[in-house]
Amino acid sequence: MSGSAPIDRVLPVLLPAAARTLREAQYERRSGVPTLRLKLSHGVALLVAFALACGIAQAQAGSHSPSILATIWKWTPLLARGFVFNLAISFVAMASGTLAGFFLGFTYISLLPPVRRAGWLVTNFFRNAPWLVLLFYCMFLLPFQVSVFGTTIPIPDWTKATLGLALPVMANVAEVVRGAMQSIPTTQWEAAASLAFNRRQTLWRIIVPQCIKRMLPPWMNLYAILTMSTVLASIVGVNEMMTLTQRALSAEGRAELLLPFYGYVLLWFFVYCYPIARWTIRMEARYAVVQ
Amino acid sequence: MQPVWGWFRWLYDTTGINLTIFYDAFDRSRFASGFWTTVRLSLICIGASIAIGILGALIQTTRLRVARAVVDGYVQAFRNTPPLVQLYFFFFGLNAVLGTLPSRPSLSNVVWAIVSLSLFAGAFNVEIFRSGIEAVPRNTIEAAESLGFSRLQTYFRVVFPLAFRISLPALNNNLVNLVKTTTLAYAIAVPEMLYVSSQIWSDELNVTAMMNVLLICYFFLVGVLVFAMDRLERALKVPGFGA
Repeated sequence: MSGSAPIDRVLPVLLPAAARTLREAQYERRSGVPTLRLKLSHGVALLVAFALACGIAQAQAGSHSPSILATIWKWTPLLARGFVFNLAISFVAMASGTLAGFFLGFTYISLLPPVRRAGWLVTNFFRNAPWLVLLFYCMFLLPFQVSVFGTTIPIPDWTKATLGLALPVMANVAEVVRGAMQSIPTTQWEAAASLAFNRRQTLWRIIVPQCIKRMLPPWMNLYAILTMSTVLASIVGVNEMMTLTQRALSAEGRAELLLPFYGYVLLWFFVYCYPIARWTIRMEARYAVVQ
Repeated sequence: MQPVWGWFRWLYDTTGINLTIFYDAFDRSRFASGFWTTVRLSLICIGASIAIGILGALIQTTRLRVARAVVDGYVQAFRNTPPLVQLYFFFFGLNAVLGTLPSRPSLSNVVWAIVSLSLFAGAFNVEIFRSGIEAVPRNTIEAAESLGFSRLQTYFRVVFPLAFRISLPALNNNLVNLVKTTTLAYAIAVPEMLYVSSQIWSDELNVTAMMNVLLICYFFLVGVLVFAMDRLERALKVPGFGA
């Protein structure tokens, strides 16, 4: 394999699997985040690990302290409130990121070269910046309150965290939109033009409806990844599930509770993300573009 | 270099853009050490994760069912959990467990970050290399066997060089992701770029300037990696494969 020039047609075909690997890599590069492939067996394994951790912790705990499961149950309402917060952050970040990303993706087909170039720059800048850095960026640079016409509106830190997570979502959605648009054959545009659709009508009535189907699987995968990433907000001190877990642990002050509690948090996230991941795979199969 | 540093002081005096990391010797050395920590952390984790990937993919081609199951369990566990949780698990969980052992082995947070991040990226690499190996035609392996190559020789001299080239695009994605994930080491106080920057901006109160420096630095690091990987991809391209 060392010489390159004369052997032009060595290995004309590798197995179709090679082509598939390449396609998958391109798909992942486009969606920007690894594809989540959760299976039911993962949940079972998680449950077993959780049970094991509880058992070990119970054995370590003294006979006079309350049982592990009872302690977890006691803290569940608080943790659940934290989890709702995680979901709220993920909803708002996804919604606003999608909206912004959708229009950012449109710059790709702009007729004005500067708009195209600016769109490319913004997309790639936010795609290549670490999520945590963007989160810090929004946490520290946005004011904690703004005054509009004399009234002061406070900006709670979870809003800032949401915006921090919405930025990478925006860039990734823009790239997904771009990819979907690229995959629409040019003939669709030409056919629309021949039917006297103008550019905006073509876009909204012909191109976008076809794009939506192709965008759904990577978009949902992005949502699952985003939901898992909301725990990052704990680093910047938002009261979400991870922060509350740490607080609960320090309130209990029992070292053996550590693994059961984190296992419990993982279970919650699994239960939420598993249906999304399954549904994504089903949609991928349904909307697969035959090439 | 003095005129350059002087210029940044002038910049601060005239525009208020306070880049202490250039004109203040202490901040400069702090930031430089943070930058190199990130670079070193990335390079070590890239190397270790590729090694894990090669080894894991090799094990998955063997007939040892137990070893295969272990590798599969590892891949599934690390692929599907958030890296932050993994990092906490190693640093707070495993570190504490190690501390109860009689010999009390103590590993620094940097070591735990390297272990955790390498295992995280390694899990993806195992999958990436495995699908690359799957793509190597069966008759190529048979040809190697008929030439008297042993299993290991076949793997390292025939199968893997081909599989590696096929896996490069996916590997490229994963390594970029790894470099971005090194920021998580902040959570366990590893003095990498993000951590050092947060120290600098709390001392100097120049959050905006440092944030922008940070973004540009990561953009630069990822850019260098993507450029290098693209060059590698082109240099190692299998003739007749891909567009």
